[in-house]
Amino acid sequence: MKNIRSNSKYAVLPLAIFLLGSILTWAQVATSAQGAGRAPSAQHAKPAATNPGERAFQANCGRCHNPPEQLSPRVTGTVLRHMRERALLSPQDERDILKYLTP
Amino acid sequence: MRPIKSAKLKQTRFPRVAIAVRLAGFLLLLPGHLLSAQYVPIVSGAVGFFDSKNTGINFFQPVFAPVVVAPLGKHFLAESRFDLRGFYERKNGNSGPYQGSFFRSTQYLQLDYFAADKLTITAGRFLTPFGTYNERLTAIWIQKIQDAPLIFPIGTRTTGSSNGAMVRGALIAKPAFHVNYIGYFSASSNAPQFQAGRAAGYRFDLYLPNKRVEVGTSYGRFLQGTHNNSSGAHFWWQPYRFPLEVRSEYAHGAHAQGYWIESTYRLSQWRGPDSLFGRLEPVFRMQQTFRNSPGPGDGLPAADTKQVDFGLDYHLPHEVRLNSSYSRKLSATGNANIWDISLTYRFLFPMWRGHQ
Repeated sequence: MKNIRSNSKYAVLPLAIFLLGSILTWAQVATSAQGAGRAPSAQHAKPAATNPGERAFQANCGRCHNPPEQLSPRVTGTVLRHMRERALLSPQDERDILKYLTP
Repeated sequence: MRPIKSAKLKQTRFPRVAIAVRLAGFLLLLPGHLLSAQYVPIVSGAVGFFDSKNTGINFFQPVFAPVVVAPLGKHFLAESRFDLRGFYERKNGNSGPYQGSFFRSTQYLQLDYFAADKLTITAGRFLTPFGTYNERLTAIWIQKIQDAPLIFPIGTRTTGSSNGAMVRGALIAKPAFHVNYIGYFSASSNAPQFQAGRAAGYRFDLYLPNKRVEVGTSYGRFLQGTHNNSSGAHFWWQPYRFPLEVRSEYAHGAHAQGYWIESTYRLSQWRGPDSLFGRLEPVFRMQQTFRNSPGPGDGLPAADTKQVDFGLDYHLPHEVRLNSSYSRKLSATGNANIWDISLTYRFLFPMWRGHQ
């Protein structure tokens, strides 16, 4: 019981760190949103794309992993078929992303 | 006696031959464009080296996790993932020579049938779809922190994989929102590499693609031994405008419950994702478990536990990633410091050349 009581004091510590981290994150986001220099990226810091394939890629595949640096055109269909099952892609999303990856 | 024996042999051998002939015929009659063009089977996955220090005891694990994916015609897909790893630690904990063991497991080996736009039927061995961590984040080239969350065993007993059948798809797929469903049944198995518990369950997600917000709920019922229920909920938020990712899960089991919340922030806004600092990704995870009653063998901490994990990942070029983390665990059974560092290389290549 003593240990549990002493541990409960420490419960405040991770909560405080998490809140501090969140505040710092928001502060940085607010600062970067005011400034211009936002760098484009395949997955990060990118506003929603206008290309349907790119948008579908960002909305589905990019949620769990970065895109492969190199993707042979010979395997894009296989990879997309795999992702259709893993990420519950609709057939339309599969076609759009395939077109986006192998234009 | 002899004629009976040979007749028995004929009866048992013939179906196997027939199945083999039909399978070969099916493979030979596959549409040509699916064996070439963009549908060449792939070998993917990762190799990694993990080093951990838990309460002063050091151990390391070389890991090879290959994924094989092969389309079979227009409606079928065969896919599998294996995990081969060594586990090395000192003989007496923190002294003596290193000694090791080798483990291999089949995480999934499944055949998918795309029956309709909104229905995929899977048979074989698949990852148990409870919560999000097991299906989406256990791959060693995806996970941000080496150790799985403390509540991971809830809903994924006994091995994180199920043997049986699963249906999944998008119940509603509108541009503004998706409603996804998964339902499964698993049979009990003690076969080597294919251990699984008898269980059934489902998961529902509501996903808003324009906001990249997802909420969902999971349910699983363990149907062997003492039947019990597991339920859970998850929330993911990954805004487009900045590289913040927030993932969280709550799970409630028969003897314990808990949650984890993880946030990552890749510093890609500073000179791009390929710059020196842009490759850095700090990770923070907070988690807590609450023990309601003793549950020996359920894989969860024996007492109420709080843990905070600080990670720092570095995305090196050529699909190499360096992950590191420090965790502080606070529990009535003993506090602990956990240090992890790992290096992974992700690969993907076609099985053969194929036609352009």
